[in-house]
Amino acid sequence: MSTAASCRLAGDRAVLIELKDNDAVQRLAAGLEAQRGEELEEIVPGHETLLLVWRRGTPPLGAIEQLISGAELTAEASAQPAEIELRVRYDGPDLAAVAESCGFSPEELVARHLACRYRVGFIGFSPGFAYLLGGDAALQPPRLAEPRTRVPAGALAIAGPYSAVYPRSSPGGWNLIGSCDEPIFDPTQNPPALLTAGTVVRLVAK
Amino acid sequence: MSVAIEVVKPGALTTVQDLGRPGFAHLGIPRSGAADRSSLKLANRLVGNAEGAAALECTLIGPSLAFDGDAVIAITGAEVAARVNGEDVALNSAVNIPAGGLLELATTSTGLRNYIAVRGGLEAESMMGSSSSDLLSGLGPEPLKAGQTIATGEPLGEVPAIGVAPVAPPADVPLLHVVAGPRADWFADDALALLAASSWEVSSDSNRSGVRLIGPELPRLRHDQLHSEGMAHGAIQVPASGQPIILLADHPTTGGYPVIAVVASADLDAGGQLRPGQKLRFALS
Repeated sequence: MSTAASCRLAGDRAVLIELKDNDAVQRLAAGLEAQRGEELEEIVPGHETLLLVWRRGTPPLGAIEQLISGAELTAEASAQPAEIELRVRYDGPDLAAVAESCGFSPEELVARHLACRYRVGFIGFSPGFAYLLGGDAALQPPRLAEPRTRVPAGALAIAGPYSAVYPRSSPGGWNLIGSCDEPIFDPTQNPPALLTAGTVVRLVAK
Repeated sequence: MSVAIEVVKPGALTTVQDLGRPGFAHLGIPRSGAADRSSLKLANRLVGNAEGAAALECTLIGPSLAFDGDAVIAITGAEVAARVNGEDVALNSAVNIPAGGLLELATTSTGLRNYIAVRGGLEAESMMGSSSSDLLSGLGPEPLKAGQTIATGEPLGEVPAIGVAPVAPPADVPLLHVVAGPRADWFADDALALLAASSWEVSSDSNRSGVRLIGPELPRLRHDQLHSEGMAHGAIQVPASGQPIILLADHPTTGGYPVIAVVASADLDAGGQLRPGQKLRFALS
């Protein structure tokens, strides 16, 4: 295992693989996906981890290590990631407060937020909720002290190192800086999620 | 022939469930499906359905259902009094309901969830290969409401000639076996021992996503923020309060609280029968 720092049991059907960064997560996930067998039920990327869930029990550790090293070889030659443009408006209720807390004018915040090349690190929290990595290091506001009970669908939000667009209305503790009209999650479509792990995202002001 | 089932009373929470929609966790979609899968499978087998056919999952207070045609049903899971037209009927057994019959389930006495399978299965909207109601994600059919009707599908085969399936009811104080980790090292050395040695109470703040437990605080060694990582079904997540949560069928696919241990697959169904106020124990396997 060249990039896998460690492999931890997560029950009798799953292992959690710790990796050095999200790039390594994407590489290993792509490699495993390419050679995926029926017995592997889920491949779940996290920020710096990959959770593998088997339909029945976990195979012996030696077999898992072989699977991982095989996947890493496959992944070296993997294709370019998909790239998606999202049209957004910077009209969120927290925009001014976030700008001030980061020491920028609202215009500077918008310019910095638009300038980044984002990539979906992983999906979680709710269906299609993509954690975008690659944001500006100077724009990392903490979560709200009091989460909102309702964040509207399409809200563009930031918290810590992440940006995201809420796929649907839900409670939420992130800072709302804008909005996006694109349908992020639609269970009647295949695939149902517009953004999947590894997708490169560019934001364009509407 | 298809039978229409009218929901006279929906009960506390009755949903359509099958074996869920596995394979979409990387899109943030939990598997969902029956919280007690073996009870769902048994109910279906008893009426001659495929074991993953859509059936009803009832929670604590069961529904009242009126059938407009002859039907064969089976009720499995929690201990509960069930009546057809006022007469007691057996659990874990195929039961004939005559046209115009009324099926009533009372409040469970042991365990939390019942499964009602109907011969032919239920016709319910399918999303991503499953008719399960995922209450976290809002996928699948809405919970049952009074006045709505549900249609049954076409029967596959014969009703098997089984009397009553020998099934033990859910235990009063279940013992759930757990595998330590993946983040047991985020806790003090004695935390795992404390998990296994303590009696835990199920909080009323529990649902299909997770069972919150009341008991001693599991002391943390590390207090930094864990980056979000994939969560396994049965993971015992420990938030800052130190009070654990067992993740059930509709659990979020990723989380940022450390997981001290994960419930063994064989005991997950027992986890789906835990009812608010009851006690349980853990054993390290």
